[in-house]
Amino acid sequence: MNAVAQQTNLYLEAFAQFEKATAGDGGAWLHPIRRAAIARFADLGFPTPRDEDWRFTNVAPIAGTAFRLAGEGGAVPGPEALTPFAFAGIACHRLVFVNGRYVPGLSAPGSLPAGVRVGSLAEALRADRGLLEPHLTRYADYHHDAFSALNTAFLADGAFVRIPRGQVVEAPIHLLYVSTGAKVPLVTHPRNLLVADEDSQATIVEDYVSLGEGVAFSNVVTELVVGESAVVSHYLIEREGRQAFNVSTLRSQQGRSSSVASHTVLLGGALVRNNVHPVLAGEGGDCLVNGLYLATGRQHMDNYMKVEHMGPHCGSRQFYHGILDGQSRGVFHGRIIVHKGAQKTDAKQTNRNLLLSEQAQIDTKPQLEIYADDVKCTHGATIGQINPEAIFYLRSRGIAEAAARALLLFAFAGESLQRMKVEPIREHLERLVRRWLPHGDVLEDAR
Amino acid sequence: MLEIKNLHVKVGNHEILKGVDLTVRTGEVHSIMGPNGSGKSTLAQVLAGRETYEVTAGKVTYDGKNLLEMAPEDRAREGVFMAFQYPVEIPGVSSAYFLKAGLNAIRKHRGLEELDAVDFLELVKEKIKLLEVDERLLHRSVNEGFSGGEKKRNEIFQMLVLEPRLAIMDETDSGLDIDALKTVARGVNALRSPDRAILVITHYQRMLNYIVPDAVHVLVDGRIVKSGGKELAHELEAKGYGWVEAQARAAAPAKA
Ligand SMILES: Nc1ncnc2c1ncn2[C@@H]1O[C@H](COP(=O)(O)OP(=O)(O)OP(=O)(O)O)[C@@H](O)[C@H]1O
Ligand SMILES: [Mg+2]
Repeated sequence: MNAVAQQTNLYLEAFAQFEKATAGDGGAWLHPIRRAAIARFADLGFPTPRDEDWRFTNVAPIAGTAFRLAGEGGAVPGPEALTPFAFAGIACHRLVFVNGRYVPGLSAPGSLPAGVRVGSLAEALRADRGLLEPHLTRYADYHHDAFSALNTAFLADGAFVRIPRGQVVEAPIHLLYVSTGAKVPLVTHPRNLLVADEDSQATIVEDYVSLGEGVAFSNVVTELVVGESAVVSHYLIEREGRQAFNVSTLRSQQGRSSSVASHTVLLGGALVRNNVHPVLAGEGGDCLVNGLYLATGRQHMDNYMKVEHMGPHCGSRQFYHGILDGQSRGVFHGRIIVHKGAQKTDAKQTNRNLLLSEQAQIDTKPQLEIYADDVKCTHGATIGQINPEAIFYLRSRGIAEAAARALLLFAFAGESLQRMKVEPIREHLERLVRRWLPHGDVLEDAR
Repeated sequence: MLEIKNLHVKVGNHEILKGVDLTVRTGEVHSIMGPNGSGKSTLAQVLAGRETYEVTAGKVTYDGKNLLEMAPEDRAREGVFMAFQYPVEIPGVSSAYFLKAGLNAIRKHRGLEELDAVDFLELVKEKIKLLEVDERLLHRSVNEGFSGGEKKRNEIFQMLVLEPRLAIMDETDSGLDIDALKTVARGVNALRSPDRAILVITHYQRMLNYIVPDAVHVLVDGRIVKSGGKELAHELEAKGYGWVEAQARAAAPAKA
């Protein structure tokens, strides 16, 4: 064991128990994969800042904590505890997971078009091997990424969504992951498989929240498989408590002429790593990678983008905005990989940051790897403060200084929020952002 | 209404205003003219409360109050308005929201009821027409992507909505064609009243044909070197600033 005293053994021991406990259920066909994954984790260990992909983020607080695997049958909150997390003005198809486990009593999948599946992965593992096997664990890379390896080893529950060919699910699918907090640090490994077949459409929201205090670690992997010409919007909202660790990977696989928008809003958590990894496999696909991270106190938010262009004529646009206050630290690592054969790629990346305090810090790093010759790739990053001339202009019209600042910050965040097209969700997020901003309450009547 | 006494202003180590004296009474329109870099915008910005300028000496009294002690927003609420020479673009903040927020802050300060969106639109409609501003500008971000002329007209439009008691216009005429200039002048004249004062900063007397001043002052190298009536503007237009500067230089040793 090295200097950071990684608790890897705990995971290996927990795996032995986990394997026994799951031996009898229908998901046994996954066991060889789970075993391979835990073996990879044993080899890899947790990453360290010597690892290029983790240069700016030290996961020692995660690696050094003795987490207990959250089990089944824990205490479940009442439905009223969840009302603050609902989006006003829209009825979503809602699945609720408490400490990683699907809770039917709190969920409301609602009525769905024919053939559409919105349910728990645990249930699908038992009954629908045929639907899962072609996709599950095929995309997220557990061979090289320790967190994906852990998630795969402990793969047990999460959301399974499938939209068959040509179907449109109009209302958003709201996946709410609640960590309730416990006396001991708990780890959960939510695993989501989202499959949108050819020409289908859906909006899927992953929403991570905390009830109560307590150290918790959500180690999430989502595989999003998007068929030809399908259109999917994916939202990830991280609003867990300030003692939470959250490492998530969205790995999307896009077919020909498909279109995916990935929107991320990071507000909560102590240490957050947000991996977004779209692979534009088919010709003519398009993806928008849009994000907003707001950190304060000692929060650490790391955004790791890996946009892979494999098919020709694909477009990708990355826009990430960060506001950093207190002693917080932000990271934006934007990789674009244009593989051989991905001619006519049009890839764009922008990362803009506002630092509100002297102690706040941002590391932003573009990384372009281009193996095709006929491509267009642009990237740009800015780090700055609020424009003092704009503040003066607003004040000179009678607007108080605090309000002027809040207004400008909200406008900056608004550029990200404006790209989120589902109005009730956007409005909900706007409220969260206003609440976060210093003096954001003065904006309650904005727009 | 406005009394400036021996005002000295520095930016960094550079003294820009070197003892400005100026008195503007309620109901009057004064014009300040002067060559590039003479300190006109500095004076306007200092009156509006820009903190990057350091006042090293002097006093400014507005309505009997020490103006220099007031925050920019308090000055605005007390009725000071400055139309910027270079209005700032503010992406993401809608013009309508911005102006309503300013207006309501000022109304609140004056003990008036705050306006809701509907009343606000009602109020601005008429002023929009007067200034021939495109109504759609209201729904765009503040000054973002506005043409030079639109920006200037937008400043005067804001002025009409906020109804200041002391209006300072910093080169609002620059870059406006004659039709736009007439429109702007119409707006300013609509505001002219016995209980307001207006300070018009300009390079050219052209605008003063439409906004006729009660007094004209010439600012050269941080000092007001000459004051006179509206005919002074014509004289400056015909002869340039050279002769005033020469006169000022000649007068300086005599003073000492
Ligand atoms: N923020 C600043 N930093 C440094 N120098 C400045 C600053 N603002 C103004 N100055 C300098 O002070 C002098 C006066 O500038 P000011 O803008 O007040 O002139 P002006 O009379 O308005 O000129 P113009 O007719 O070109 O608008 C100029 O030499 C200018 O370069
Ligand atoms: Mg100027």
